[in-house]
Amino acid sequence: MRLESVSKSYQHRGRTVAALDNASLDIPAGDFVAIVGPSGSGKSTLLLVLGGMLSPSTGKVHLNGHSLYELSPNQRAEVRRQKVGFVFQTFNLVPYLTALENVQIPLYLAGVDGPAQKERATALLERVDLGDRLDHKPPELSIGQQQRVALARVLANDPEIILADEPTGNLDPETGQQILDLLEQMNREGRTVVMVTHDPRAAARAKRTLRLQEGRIISNGQLPTAIGGRA
Amino acid sequence: MHLRKLVWREMFERKNQLVTSFLAILLGIAVVVSIKNITFYSEKAVAAQLEALGANVLILPKSVSLQDYYSADMQNDEFPEEYVQRLAMSDLQGLDNLSPKLSLPVKLKERSFTLTGILPKSEFQAKAMWAGAGILSRPAEGCGTVADVPGAFRPTAKETLVRQRVVEDLGDTEALIGADVAVLLGLKEGDRLDVLGHTFTVTAVLPQTGTVDDSRIFAHLHTVQEMAGKGPVINAIKIVGCCKEISGGLVQKINRLLPEAKVVTVTQVVDTQVKTNGMMARLSLIFLGIIVLVGGASIANYMFANVYERRREIGTLMALGAGSTVILKMFLLKALLLGLAGGICGYLLGTVLAVLLGPRLAGIPVLPMPMLVLWALGISVVIALAASYFPARRAARLDPCATLQEV
Repeated sequence: MRLESVSKSYQHRGRTVAALDNASLDIPAGDFVAIVGPSGSGKSTLLLVLGGMLSPSTGKVHLNGHSLYELSPNQRAEVRRQKVGFVFQTFNLVPYLTALENVQIPLYLAGVDGPAQKERATALLERVDLGDRLDHKPPELSIGQQQRVALARVLANDPEIILADEPTGNLDPETGQQILDLLEQMNREGRTVVMVTHDPRAAARAKRTLRLQEGRIISNGQLPTAIGGRA
Repeated sequence: MHLRKLVWREMFERKNQLVTSFLAILLGIAVVVSIKNITFYSEKAVAAQLEALGANVLILPKSVSLQDYYSADMQNDEFPEEYVQRLAMSDLQGLDNLSPKLSLPVKLKERSFTLTGILPKSEFQAKAMWAGAGILSRPAEGCGTVADVPGAFRPTAKETLVRQRVVEDLGDTEALIGADVAVLLGLKEGDRLDVLGHTFTVTAVLPQTGTVDDSRIFAHLHTVQEMAGKGPVINAIKIVGCCKEISGGLVQKINRLLPEAKVVTVTQVVDTQVKTNGMMARLSLIFLGIIVLVGGASIANYMFANVYERRREIGTLMALGAGSTVILKMFLLKALLLGLAGGICGYLLGTVLAVLLGPRLAGIPVLPMPMLVLWALGISVVIALAASYFPARRAARLDPCATLQEV
């Protein structure tokens, strides 16, 4: 992934607010990047721009050599479906579906047939130790279990890139560590992980840390010496 | 997981909110189905009535409205009996079986009945000049042979027998009584009956017809005239006219012959009723329009609220790779299911209402009309889809960022 002089500005009560200001960045395949910075520094905007969810005002975003925002919205949805997985701070599980059905959603969107959906979703939930909670709806699960369902959902389509927004923000330290373990594990499998966090201990688990301030990248951390991966 | 399951689960998750929209469409469709069902059978009944009556002609005093005549079959105004003679002696073609009558209200044992004076055929035959005019010499088959006596008797064997007796001969002190009269007054053939100081002998009890004739006492016209004390007058003349002649201007010709009377055909009466049905159908359409608007507005309102409430869910689905088409389909499929459910349940409820209320409101038996289910489904689905299109489009065009506020 590569950002080329990306700026994003909003109009707020007649004033122009710069969420990202001329940000350039390379994220090699297999990287594990933590994005830190104060509230309103543009972390979330950066994550959305990387995920093809928010077109920049200027600049380009490349993914696998293709300019992401030169694609149509539906083509970008296709890219997300195949290559990107989002992890949300509040998990964003569909409340009226069971854990199994929540994990099946990306598979359904990818056109996988019913039995195959069920088989893969079950395997993923077993992987995050929720094999005995397949038919539980989100309100029937603990916070930590909900986040693990969300992680299983992220893995459903075997994405190359995982974009996580404060994945441990709502969790107790112990459960937070479990989630970070899983993210590390995903990174070891060759996936690129970009994680927004306020938690220095969580950021310390990443290979490098980006610091944002007023929309600008002020610290680019250390690139790993060895990069293995697919993106 | 598939789209249907996703939609179905969501509908049941928020079923309380769905109920209002479902009820709006269900009640709207139910009302329209029941109106259409009753109207259909009402029109059918009118058509059957027209078929049974043929193209009869009715001559009434000018001041009498059709409504007066058909609501009570009796009015205060009269015209001279001589009109019958004028018609009989005319050279008008297409007239059969002139039937003058005079009706009087009578009270017997504290109950109200109608004494109707009729002229038997023998009276006509006695007048050579009438016979000479050819009225009674026409063949008994074909046009104009249906209603040769006052009242709308059905042609069963017994009725025909009774009818023939009436037509052929009726003495001054003889009376024919309707079935209700016989039951209520405890009379049978051969009994005596005192009416307004006159004593009649019951020569026949007419079979039940389900019409006003059941509470009628038929007697000789001249006897009734004498009892009324108004001289040789009558209330109405009923004529069985040939359809061909009626369409060829018979009414206008009678009008010229009897300028002081009002001449209408039963066809006109039925037409009036058909027009009333038509007016009711148009009013029903207006009512339908209002219900459709209310139902549509309710669905649209619900759908907009549903889209707003599910912003985060929509954003999540988009983040997971759902394109705008999937989101659009998700809401339109929900609308389709709502429309199908509303249509089917509305049809069932409307049919039950029609079958139960039809006989009470319109006095006709109403049967279910299976073809209306397609009509109900069509209307219901179109309303639901049309009302949901803009909310669904809004959902499909939502900015996924705005829907994921914490990202």
